[in-house]
Amino acid sequence: MLKCIIIDDEEMARAIIEQYCSKLDHLQIVKQFNNALEAIQFINSNHVDLVFLDIHMPELNGFDFIDSLNNPPNVILTTSDSDFALNAFEYKCIVDYLVKPIKLPRFIKAVTKIESSKESTQPIANNEVNEMYVNIDRRLVKIHIPDIYLIEAKGDYINIKTETKNHIVHTTMKKIEEKLPDSLFLKIHRSFIINLKKIVDIEDNSVLIKKEVIPVSRSNRPELMNRLNLLN
Amino acid sequence: MTDATKTSWHNIKSKKMIPNLDYINTIAENDITFKNKLISIIKREFPLERDEFLSNYNTNQYVNAAGNVHKLKHKINMFGLKKGFEIAKKFENELNENKLDSYQDFVVVLNLIDNYLKEI
Repeated sequence: MLKCIIIDDEEMARAIIEQYCSKLDHLQIVKQFNNALEAIQFINSNHVDLVFLDIHMPELNGFDFIDSLNNPPNVILTTSDSDFALNAFEYKCIVDYLVKPIKLPRFIKAVTKIESSKESTQPIANNEVNEMYVNIDRRLVKIHIPDIYLIEAKGDYINIKTETKNHIVHTTMKKIEEKLPDSLFLKIHRSFIINLKKIVDIEDNSVLIKKEVIPVSRSNRPELMNRLNLLN
Repeated sequence: MTDATKTSWHNIKSKKMIPNLDYINTIAENDITFKNKLISIIKREFPLERDEFLSNYNTNQYVNAAGNVHKLKHKINMFGLKKGFEIAKKFENELNENKLDSYQDFVVVLNLIDNYLKEI
């Protein structure tokens, strides 16, 4: 799932991109902005995979926005004319350039470019996510990630539960979440991350993982249901 | 309507500049709710953008007016007005150089959209 934001001072333009994103399962619009300044604050404190960025905006234009970021995410530029296309080649993070009014096939083509670049780095990512090391009593303990079935927040600690052992680690849910593959793990409550492959059953607002009943928060439930291979 | 505007209007009519909803229909597919949402946004945004342009133009703030024209270009294009888009593009460049030659033509394009929005 690619976490996306839209930055455009035209509501119309935002609505169209939002509609296109809704047609593609792997794109999730996490926030929309009508100016780049607010978006900078958001990007500095949240993970974003892709930005749909209008170039021509008052106060701070699209290129100023990119220049202001230390490590900009992937960017797809959107604009009403192609006069700025040459500038776009100067930025590594810009993967494509869409001229308004944007048509769906062209939009899909642009997004596909990001998937291609992600796939090219996938082998490295896979190696990284199969195992991780956690600091326990000054020892770095290796944990086989697919063996984890549940992670539970415990104050300043988290409890990583695996098939064979539980590990209490001094860290945050946010940090551990970043280390886990999205394809396997999902945060279903502010205190619980589960391994989707270990679900036994789901009932109303709870999930059974091994023998533990874990609550699902209302806001996380839609994402959980999306991730399941449901037979309707 | 001034004589200059009448001439521009005649020129533009003769070029068969008729706004249409082809693009909006294409992106909305059969989603009537979304189509209505887009039309409602345009009806709200267009007069604001037009008024801001006129205000900047009438107070000789031509660079700001050029920025307004840039935004309006998107909507002109959305209504399938290719000639109108060309006029807007030319006028945007002119404004950035303090030239005003295409003003009347541009206003006609704006009026065209304004009238169309009252019909839909």
